[in-house]
Amino acid sequence: MPERLEVRKTYKLYLGGKFPRTESGRTYEVTDGRGRFLANAAWASRKDARDAVVAARGAFAGWSAATAYNRGQVLYRVAEVMEGRAAQFAEEVAAGEGLSAAKARAAVDAAVDRWVWYAGWTDKLASVLGGTNPVAGPFFDFSVPEPSGVVVVLAPQRSSLLGLVSVLAPVLATGCTAVVVSSHDRPLPAITLSEVLATSDVPGGVANLLTGDAGEIGPWLAEHDDVDGIDLAGCTGTAAMELERSAAGSLKRVLRAPAEESDWTADPGLSRMTPFLETKTVWHPIGV
Amino acid sequence: MSLFEYAPAPESRSIVDLQPSYGLFVDGEFTPGQGTPLKTVNPATEEVLSEIAVGTDADVDRAVRAARRAFTRVWGPMRPADRGKYLFRIARLLQERAREFAVLETLDNGKPITESRDVDVPLAAAHFFYHAGWADKLDHVGLGAAPRPHGVAGQVIPWNFPLMMLAWKVAPALAAGNTVVLKPAETTPLTALLFAEICQQADLPPGVVNIVTGAGDTGRAVVEHPDVDKVAFTGSTEVGKQIARAVAGTQKVLTLELGGKAANIVFDDAPVDQAVEGIVRGIFFNQGHVCCAGSRLLVQESVHDEVIASLQRRIGTLRVGDPLDKNTDIGAINSAEQLARIRELVDIGEAEGAHPWQPAGELPERGFWFKPTVFTDVSPAHRIARDEVFGPVLSVLTFRTPDEAVAKANNSTYGLSAGIWSEKGSRILSIANQLRAGVVWANTFNQFDPTSPFGGYKQSGYGREGGRLGLRAYLKES
Repeated sequence: MPERLEVRKTYKLYLGGKFPRTESGRTYEVTDGRGRFLANAAWASRKDARDAVVAARGAFAGWSAATAYNRGQVLYRVAEVMEGRAAQFAEEVAAGEGLSAAKARAAVDAAVDRWVWYAGWTDKLASVLGGTNPVAGPFFDFSVPEPSGVVVVLAPQRSSLLGLVSVLAPVLATGCTAVVVSSHDRPLPAITLSEVLATSDVPGGVANLLTGDAGEIGPWLAEHDDVDGIDLAGCTGTAAMELERSAAGSLKRVLRAPAEESDWTADPGLSRMTPFLETKTVWHPIGV
Repeated sequence: MSLFEYAPAPESRSIVDLQPSYGLFVDGEFTPGQGTPLKTVNPATEEVLSEIAVGTDADVDRAVRAARRAFTRVWGPMRPADRGKYLFRIARLLQERAREFAVLETLDNGKPITESRDVDVPLAAAHFFYHAGWADKLDHVGLGAAPRPHGVAGQVIPWNFPLMMLAWKVAPALAAGNTVVLKPAETTPLTALLFAEICQQADLPPGVVNIVTGAGDTGRAVVEHPDVDKVAFTGSTEVGKQIARAVAGTQKVLTLELGGKAANIVFDDAPVDQAVEGIVRGIFFNQGHVCCAGSRLLVQESVHDEVIASLQRRIGTLRVGDPLDKNTDIGAINSAEQLARIRELVDIGEAEGAHPWQPAGELPERGFWFKPTVFTDVSPAHRIARDEVFGPVLSVLTFRTPDEAVAKANNSTYGLSAGIWSEKGSRILSIANQLRAGVVWANTFNQFDPTSPFGGYKQSGYGREGGRLGLRAYLKES
């Protein structure tokens, strides 16, 4: 029997629930740790980035208005579907990050568990971060957290799956919608993840994943007036400062990155959700 | 015309002991500033009240160093319960000298004495009292055990609620264990300087609170000083953006409380008289110099004529004049500059085709004054429907359905506050849910409380002031 010739995957963008090629027609070569060819990834353009913002904005009303219970179940579903494809993720992570099979599998397991962790947060945020306020007057006064809107996530450059999930899941848990720019050199798990998102009841447009160069499209996204927040996880130094400056033009909520990429296995607490949550306080008189 | 004329009931200003000039309050003492002094005037009379020192970069540096020393040596290591006791002292001293603060605030700002007496000063004292209690309970703010202060907080505040904004900034900063360099607004520095005296009377350790007066350059020096760890600003969106740019790439933590263009939505089932009181409170409170003012009235088409007629009748009874008169409803515009800005936007409103209305009556000859003004036939594209006027100017728009009300209310780059008037509970909650605004007042307007988080969505800024969330802005996980 001759050996079966494998069917290779075309890695495209994930945009508005669909998998288009980049409108620019550009691709770039992705290699493993030793420089061997893995795939040609889509090299997203400014236009793709703007389309992604439009998709994310369009999905925001529905996703933010979904019940917290519903959002939790959708995020849990992502974990379920991802678990079933763990072997494929492990292979991609091992190739892209140059990890041993065991270490790659551990990273995948941690990424699945992270979805589960955030799935459990959706219906607890309001009681942890909100509450009633005992004002000195005849008023019922309460505060609730609400999602900021469209959040741009520049995913970590090194940790291509666990890092990516660690920055995307919290944004979705809050009820925000996301435009993600993947790791430049290790983009393949991001696209496989978007296949999981597309089959996990995550509404189209809620998460949009672009592969390519955050250094190129990041500035367009940072100054885009219809973006409400930006997570700079995959960007440091002068570039991060420039993006933060651009973000000031429409007063985006900015989550800065530490100089060294975080240890993504650590307990993140609420630190990746609170930057993209607003607080709404409602007053009403008490009387008869 | 009102049925009855009132005899004047002026509050005496003799309780205030104005000095001919004031220095900077640095490291527990008043010291001269190196800049060219400013004059602060009473906007109701244009009388010069006093000469104010202007802090230069070097002065700000001296203040930051004093704050750092106090943080490292005294305030940081102090027992939390003792920090709380200092704040309780300050709250009590503010209450004891409340009348003096109220008169001084009215002289310097131009707001009616009834407002400084009943709103600004009591709320300032309440903020200190509230945050005093937090000082030894920081484990419960939600940042894990033993959260840490940032260090030195640089704070820049506006002229519309000078003492109250000081309290909103200083009280949580100190309760969390930070020390402070505060820059009051250039046109309203006097109550901050009187507050410095309160700090002395409370025996607050030197350097814990430093007050550096001056204008924009002084504020910039505070924000940009490399040894400032936390920046808090209340003011215009334009300056807020400059500050966000300035702290980019630093480790400074930033909160911003900026402009607004709040929609005040009146449904056809709202009790008209109550709604009219709320509209008046929403836009004419503090001469409309309120970032959360209800400056866009969205009224359901079917009750538009009735609401406007009733509103105009009510505005006709408002008394505009001497801020020290206890009968006054609307005081003086804070500065000639602000008056010019209001006039410019009102002229634009008229030129763009909206219809202005003002009540009859004379304005005082001296000072800065503007009559309460209502624009009808305003379209969402008009400048007076989009730009913050920061004056007693109301823009009236209409809507037919709740969805249209929400869409129009949210059609703004701002998102600080909003109002809803309706008798239907489920409608109020539904609309409140959909409004992209940080504070929603239903069947009330312009209420504030230290326990209640306040702050904006979108370009109205980020971070909250008040409550547990407000305090968290001054702490980090350990």
